[in-house]
Amino acid sequence: MARVLLFGRLSDVAGWRLREIDSPLLSTLLTTLAEEDAALGEALSGPGVQVALDQVIVRGDAPLNTATEIAFLPPMSGG
Amino acid sequence: MIRLTFDPIDPGGLLNEFSRGRLEVGAVATFTGLARAEAGATVALELEAYPGFTEAEIGKIAVQAKARFGLEDFAILHRVGKIAPGDPVVFVATAARHRRAAFEACDFLMDYLKSKAPFWKKEHGPNGARWVEPRPEDHADLTRWDKEISK
Repeated sequence: MARVLLFGRLSDVAGWRLREIDSPLLSTLLTTLAEEDAALGEALSGPGVQVALDQVIVRGDAPLNTATEIAFLPPMSGG
Repeated sequence: MIRLTFDPIDPGGLLNEFSRGRLEVGAVATFTGLARAEAGATVALELEAYPGFTEAEIGKIAVQAKARFGLEDFAILHRVGKIAPGDPVVFVATAARHRRAAFEACDFLMDYLKSKAPFWKKEHGPNGARWVEPRPEDHADLTRWDKEISK
C-alpha cells in the first residue's frame, strides 16, 4: 500500500487529499484513478502535472513496489 | 535555516536573531513579503506546501545562492495555511561580508521563491476561491539571473 497525495487544485477536483492505494505501476495507478473519477483522471494528465515518488520527481512510468508515497503536483505557483 | 510555518512570522524578531553574534558579517539584507488585500478582492491567501519536498527544493536553490554570492548564511521562513492581508508571507535574510552579495542573494532567492518554489496558492475572495498561477513577470524575473551567468 502506498500513500497517494494530491496537491493544489487536484485535491479540489478529487475531493480528497490523501488515500492508501495499492498499484504495481504509476500507469496502472493513473488508470485506476481515472476509472473512478474521470474529472480527476483528466486533471492528472493535464499540462504541467508532475509526479514525485518518495519526494523525488519521476518522468514517465515507474514501478511503485518500493514507493511509500506518490505525490501528484500541479504547476507550482511559487510563494 | 529553511522553515515552513503555520504561525505568524515576526520579521523583526527573526532579523535580530539572525544578526546576533556575527563578527565577520558586514551586511545582512532581508526581504519581507506581505499578503495584499487587492482592494478587498482577497480576503485571505492560502498556501499549500509539500512538507519535506518543499524545504528540500528551496534548499537546493539556497545552496546555489550561497555558493554563487559567497554568503555566510541565509534564513528562509515561509508561511503556509491561511494568511490574512497585511500579514507576512515570507521572510528571507542573507548574510555576507559585503552588502552587494547580501542584496543580490536576497533578490535571487525571492525571484526563485515567487516563481518556482513548490507552493500552491489559493486566493479567497468575497465570491469564492481561485488557484493562482505564477505571473509571467515572476518567470521573467528569474531568467534575468540566467542572462547574467551567460554574460
